[in-house]
Amino acid sequence: MSNVVSSSIGKKFFMSITGFFLVVFVAVHLTANLSLLFGPRAFNLVSNFMGTNPIIQVMQPILALGFIVHIIYASILTLQNQKARGSEKYAKVANSHQSSWASKNMYVLGGLVLVFLVLHLINFFWKLKVTGSPLLNEVNIDGEKMENAYALVAGLFNAGTIGYVYSGLYILGAILLGFHLSHGFWSAFQTIGWSNDKWRIRLTVIGNLYAIAIALGFAIIPIFLLIFAK
Amino acid sequence: MNITVKVWRQKDANSKGNFESYKLNDITPDSSFLEMMDVLNEQLLAEGKEPVAYDHDCREGICGMCSMFINGRAHGPDTEITTCQLHMRKFKDGDTITVEPWRSGGFPIIKDLMVDRSAYDKILQAGGYISVNTGGVPDANAIPISKEASDEAMDAATCIGCGACVATCKNSSAMLFVAAKVSQLALLPQGKVEATRRAKAMIARMDELGFGNCTNTGACEVECPKGISITHIARLNREFLCAAVKE
Ligand code: SF4
Ligand code: FES
Repeated sequence: MSNVVSSSIGKKFFMSITGFFLVVFVAVHLTANLSLLFGPRAFNLVSNFMGTNPIIQVMQPILALGFIVHIIYASILTLQNQKARGSEKYAKVANSHQSSWASKNMYVLGGLVLVFLVLHLINFFWKLKVTGSPLLNEVNIDGEKMENAYALVAGLFNAGTIGYVYSGLYILGAILLGFHLSHGFWSAFQTIGWSNDKWRIRLTVIGNLYAIAIALGFAIIPIFLLIFAK
Repeated sequence: MNITVKVWRQKDANSKGNFESYKLNDITPDSSFLEMMDVLNEQLLAEGKEPVAYDHDCREGICGMCSMFINGRAHGPDTEITTCQLHMRKFKDGDTITVEPWRSGGFPIIKDLMVDRSAYDKILQAGGYISVNTGGVPDANAIPISKEASDEAMDAATCIGCGACVATCKNSSAMLFVAAKVSQLALLPQGKVEATRRAKAMIARMDELGFGNCTNTGACEVECPKGISITHIARLNREFLCAAVKE
């Protein structure tokens, strides 16, 4: 079994499985965040639910593990691939190849998404879970006391010039994630062998739609808050 | 037509190579790329220079020997052909054509444009066969095989082991080749018996020989002279993972 795990397909299998997991996470995360569009009450209720629901709490470390495995295996595979290419590069490479730009730059895209993720964690997760923030002063919704997470989010994008910078970064992050998913989605199916001539086309279409929905969905949040949450 | 050929020259596996440019005049557009290379070599011989070493054999697209990376593409600017099937009419008068060997850690350069593709043989030796005692010719319809399965197996079996997939892949992955070999056997009842062992053994050998990991860019199928589809790679993944579960 150990040689299966360390084989090329074995390593890619882990990429694929953790990829699926992250695909689901991203969808859940976006759905929860879109409640921002329905105002402070809706978002605070959702964020309170997410912050206290036991299943979500259990999933958090698993999610972190998913990210870590995905990143570590990506690094191992990329290093091996660079070595396999050999020392001498082609002097001339035609770009007639039909492979998508995203498929050729998954590691770089993933790296940039990771940089964004760290920023994102500092902006929100860290403040919510560790340091706290004056913006988080408790609000009372239907008699239940909870943190004002909405103020924290809206505050980030509406902080004058720096708010615009953050908005730009979050939109960029959403686009990068979209590109990463546009190849990652169908590719995860191909790697576990769940594809054939017909399904490859279907999965690429579904993957692209999913990627566009995710990118648009996340990009819309800072734009919406900039306009309506002043 | 008059052209300039910029060719990779390398004395042997251990020397450092470099490009040399040669001018060729009056090449007929109807000649094949390899005929043009022959004219070049005659010219070099007449000048007392070392001719360019390159692999070729059948010159009709069935042996897979003619490995050349021409103007940035495996087998040059056309799809589903080998270098020997490429014609000079695909180029323009006055063009400079860049010719490089396959470049991959798995295919070390022997000399000039010749590379060592014995790694492919080693992968085949690991399991790309069926172990049966051949007797007399069996009855044609003794084992029924569906048209779909036989068509797909035959498509996979058209792989000529040229190495264009590895040469093109940014990861230098041999998955398309291995997938073709695994598919052609796994789809047929005679090959199914050993399918589990075969997928595992061939992948293990492929990894050992230093080929990269497939990231599903699909560049290989575009350059494959036989149009082998990456659907076969999905089948290989399936075969391999099922084999791992059965273990
Ligand atoms: S799969 Fe295609 S490109 Fe690769 S070795 Fe076979 S024929 Fe050549
Ligand atoms: S020389 Fe045989 S395929 Fe080109």
